[in-house]
Amino acid sequence: MVTTQHRISWLGRRQARPGQPVSSYSRRGRYLLFVVPAIVVTLAVIIFPWLYTIYMSVHDWQVGMPRIYIGLENYANLINDTRFREAVWRTFVYTVFAVVCPTVVGTIAALFFHQEFPLRGLVRTVYLLPMIATPVAIALVWTMMFHPQLGVLNYLLSLVGIPPSRWIYDQDTVIPTLVLVETWQWTPLVMLIVLGGLASLPSEPFESALIDGASTFQITRDLTLPLVMPFIMVAVVLRTIDALKSFDIIYTMTQGGPGTASETINIYLYLQAFAFFRIGQASAVVLVFFVIIVACSLVLLWVRQKTRWA
Amino acid sequence: MGIASTAVARKPERLAAVHLRRYLRRIGFFLCIAILLSPVLFVFFWMLSLSLKPNVENTAYPPVFIPRHPTLENFRAVFEKSPFDLYTRNSVIVATASTLLSLILGVPAGYGIAKAKSHGLALFVLIARMTPGLSYLIPWFMLFRSLGLNNTLWALIITHLIIGLPITIWVMMGFFEDLHPEIEEAALVDGAGIWSAFRDIAVPLARPGMIVAAILSFIFSWNNFIFAVVLAGRETRTLPVAVFNILTFEQLVWGELAAAALIVTAPVLVLTLLVQRHIVVGLTAGGMKG
Repeated sequence: MVTTQHRISWLGRRQARPGQPVSSYSRRGRYLLFVVPAIVVTLAVIIFPWLYTIYMSVHDWQVGMPRIYIGLENYANLINDTRFREAVWRTFVYTVFAVVCPTVVGTIAALFFHQEFPLRGLVRTVYLLPMIATPVAIALVWTMMFHPQLGVLNYLLSLVGIPPSRWIYDQDTVIPTLVLVETWQWTPLVMLIVLGGLASLPSEPFESALIDGASTFQITRDLTLPLVMPFIMVAVVLRTIDALKSFDIIYTMTQGGPGTASETINIYLYLQAFAFFRIGQASAVVLVFFVIIVACSLVLLWVRQKTRWA
Repeated sequence: MGIASTAVARKPERLAAVHLRRYLRRIGFFLCIAILLSPVLFVFFWMLSLSLKPNVENTAYPPVFIPRHPTLENFRAVFEKSPFDLYTRNSVIVATASTLLSLILGVPAGYGIAKAKSHGLALFVLIARMTPGLSYLIPWFMLFRSLGLNNTLWALIITHLIIGLPITIWVMMGFFEDLHPEIEEAALVDGAGIWSAFRDIAVPLARPGMIVAAILSFIFSWNNFIFAVVLAGRETRTLPVAVFNILTFEQLVWGELAAAALIVTAPVLVLTLLVQRHIVVGLTAGGMKG
């Protein structure tokens, strides 16, 4: 679990690793040669699209039409587009719930899976399957389960006396329903990260708390949770990035509908680019979207720095 | 005297109470594990159940849970109605080729970053992870269009590097950092070059890391939907896109839909169960997804 700990530490801070010889400057340079092929490919695969996107975003550009330089007009269009503003707001709402729910459930799950019990390894792996399974296939099964008349979920609800829901087929329930699927899918990731944190905790404080006669609940609340908080924050950061750019589940299940009730920024972007082929406009969305993601991550990393000493 | 005798009389009672409490706690604990696992198991069970039932049973209400007349008809229909064998072949080629390329480029890169302790480069990998896949797609789409590569597997293999390469670099970085530097140092002192220290010492030692990286790259490339849905043509569709197309065309043929879903996701599920330890190590290290 050492790996976990310092892997995760890359996210927020640099960690000095004492006891390692410092390589000389020239050797460091030669080590960097190993990175060159990957960098060249990365430049081609990742940097080229970024630069090209910036170029496209200042043009009025539709597939098959001549391109015209229009400066920042695409960005101005975006700010004035109610549909885009709604998509931004929707994305935030979706993200908040799609971060909070998996984090809470995942942390609880990690506390349970940290205990010793028979077949623990297998149980943990089975619990991971939702994040490994192909998202499109999963979305498809949920779509069938959500069927308002014939779906198995409404039947199960009726057994315990809860009235049927229209799930993804109603403007009011579509977002909570998608959050439910996202929670199902990504709770394991939080569980895994927190589990890594739990495994790395020192055992002394727990032993002395037990000797002092603290109850399990007290130990969990006052000792375990504060100690794994840094790991939970890492999970929150990763989850936020992923929830903001969530696509597969939403697109497969609703394609932004009904109406535009589940149209997040990513879906809006997809439709602009590959349904309406407004390449220039879509490129502007990409850049705004990227700024939003980076801003959210920086805010969360800042919060993490602040809370570390609390 | 009186006090001592009551204490003795109480003892078995108290012991029984302690036993009972411990017993109840244990039951409660397993109940909680069951509650946590049940949504996971139910979704996969339901996928399997739907795929094995004829449509009459799939659309019956109340739902039929255990198939009454289990059949493989749905699977046969999937392969018959669309060239699923071709799509499977495409998926295998794209995932394998992009994983191999990721290893060839990513293993040395992870080594270089770990040895040079280049945190800036590591951060760069992280930024690559933060960027939505869609944002690469517009430029790639335009470029492939002008190169005439839009309906080739090459387009998919190249773009899937965006998934595999960061995972590989990230995982390998961790493994090379944890290797004891003394062994390589000794080789270097003996006059071996940096390259042979890497090839003959570091790489063999980091084989477990390469397995982890390869498995994760393969799975996330296999699962990827967004790149293929835009870049793949009729002949180059991968399995996730094929499944999505069935969904949009055949809303209520649930048996075939579930069978298609199972065909796509069963390989990764089986792979995960076979190599569970590696997967857990890798996912913990990376916190990765495509």
